[in-house]
Amino acid sequence: MESKLTGRAASPGIFVGPAVVLSALAAHQRAQGSPAEEEGALIAAIATSRDEVSALASSANGEANRILGIQVALLEDDALSETARAAIASGVAADNAWRDAMAVEIAGYEHAEDEYFRARAADLVDVRDRVLRHLLGVQTVPEVAAGSVVVARDLPPSLFLGFDWSQGGAIVLGEGSATSHVAMLARARGVPMVVGIGSKVDTLSGTLAVDGEQGSVIAAPGATTLVEVQRRKAASSRAETEARSRLGEPAITRDGTRVAVMINVAAPSDVEKLDAASCDGIGLVRTEFLVANGALRDEERQFALYRGLVAWAAGRPVTIRTLDAGGDKPIPGYTVAGETNPFLGMRGVRLSLRHPDVFRIQLRALARAAALGHLKVMLPMVTTPAELAEARKILQEVVESLRAQHIPAASPPLGIMVEVPAAAIAVDHFDAAFFSIGSNDLVQYVTASSRDSGDTGGVGELTHPAVLRLIAAVAAHGTEIGREVSLCGDAGGDPRAIPALLDAGVRTLSVAPTLLARTKAAIRTVDLGDADATITTSSWWHRILATLRSPTGSVARKGLDT
Amino acid sequence: MTHSTASALLVNDVGLHARPSVKLTQTAKRFASELEVALAADGPWVDAKSPVKIMRVKAPKGATLHFRALGPDADEAVRQLVSLVERKFDEE
Repeated sequence: MESKLTGRAASPGIFVGPAVVLSALAAHQRAQGSPAEEEGALIAAIATSRDEVSALASSANGEANRILGIQVALLEDDALSETARAAIASGVAADNAWRDAMAVEIAGYEHAEDEYFRARAADLVDVRDRVLRHLLGVQTVPEVAAGSVVVARDLPPSLFLGFDWSQGGAIVLGEGSATSHVAMLARARGVPMVVGIGSKVDTLSGTLAVDGEQGSVIAAPGATTLVEVQRRKAASSRAETEARSRLGEPAITRDGTRVAVMINVAAPSDVEKLDAASCDGIGLVRTEFLVANGALRDEERQFALYRGLVAWAAGRPVTIRTLDAGGDKPIPGYTVAGETNPFLGMRGVRLSLRHPDVFRIQLRALARAAALGHLKVMLPMVTTPAELAEARKILQEVVESLRAQHIPAASPPLGIMVEVPAAAIAVDHFDAAFFSIGSNDLVQYVTASSRDSGDTGGVGELTHPAVLRLIAAVAAHGTEIGREVSLCGDAGGDPRAIPALLDAGVRTLSVAPTLLARTKAAIRTVDLGDADATITTSSWWHRILATLRSPTGSVARKGLDT
Repeated sequence: MTHSTASALLVNDVGLHARPSVKLTQTAKRFASELEVALAADGPWVDAKSPVKIMRVKAPKGATLHFRALGPDADEAVRQLVSLVERKFDEE
């Protein structure tokens, strides 16, 4: 019988296909023995895995043989289990030790700039899970045929990368979040995805109709439903085609308001296939790719990468964010290990100021590239005006030292991300050249809803009035002092959030390159004709700001400045 | 015991990707000498006989690979590793 489950939309599109249920390896645990027993179990599991893959390799040919050959080489290498064996010796169970060690190994490949290396993450996941299955004594990962609906509690990005999406497909998760890494991958790949279905995800099987627009899943859809789904699918693909055909045109609302749409760049290769004329510049370059690239301490390579982006943009602004490590982006030897709550710990500019040597290298490369075009520098996770002042001082020193060396350099505009509620609330205390609202983290921090551990009951939404009030206040402040305010979080590319963002006064959005066309299409459907709406959203804040600026509000004002 | 060093430019399209890494370690394992690889002349050095460690280096096309060897067949080992890199790992 037909039944419908509702979750949250994480990647748009509609797909009907057979469910493939992945039971979670995470749900299984080993009964832990002595360190010697645990080490023996791990060594045995690796040996069994090596024999299995060896046997598979000898019966395979071509590419499959080569891939399996690589896996055999990895499984034969003691270095693969070195970290895990050290953890076991210190009392960790074999399965957890192996999981943790491989997570670090796999992350190293997932974040590589080079697609050849990124693709190796899937091999390592394969190796990890095969060994884990032997350690746990379970058969858990079935073959996923192309064109399947993958159903799981949660899905690591690496598994996503290992599946064949060439025949379409969809993802339904019990947990998960729309801002997780795997959701970003699904959107980039055009795979419809629904998250947060809850524990009922375990009941799904058979044919599923996945609606990544509404965030729902229909199990055992009847004939009427299938007709309706096909109709909506056709309408959605027509809209997509229409949006693509107008990619090169500017985004103008019904009432004639021009909205700038820029792109977010996670790796220099992101811009290769895109014509710079179809966007208004780059609103965010995530420089964390420098780590996988081995360029964190290499000024010349960074300069070459930044120069490449400036040349691509051909005069349009290129906003480059300084290293945003920490939180869910650990870097061995740089971030602080073992934080109990890394999202509230050493992240972003806090870490940069802790590592001025690394920070100076990046600022030198940025100042040199700034001499060649419209480059802007943006600081992540700014919480106090002192952080901005300290970063500015270092930037000025760097520019002066470059000039003293007769190396061409310019002092780029220095702006801040507004993602910590403290910065949003006291935005008038920050003398930044521009403000860019990081809506993913702002939502997470304002609503106390973790971005990555799925179920918070759907409270972590951009459309929460508290979040919109902050965004409206920042936008109003920017208008008042004549400095640009943009938004570079996922909400910028979400058609459901765009009307609220424009209503709050945001006039520049920065989105993933794959979302450029539909973002522009969504903007074109908005009518801002009722100008009073904006004032209504933010009037509460105007009163607060007015109070803070009045003589009686001076106590509240002083706090930060002293 | 001899000590030998040399370097070679990675000219194959994919850099020190998985298969080239495995070929490099297979070649290295044929020698008794201790063999190490690095992206810079002053290290950090990694064991040229470990595919896991070589792959972690993620050396891209255009990188220079430095080799050093210590042992009875050090000269020949370094010579063959350099030749393998220059032959683009016999893949292109």
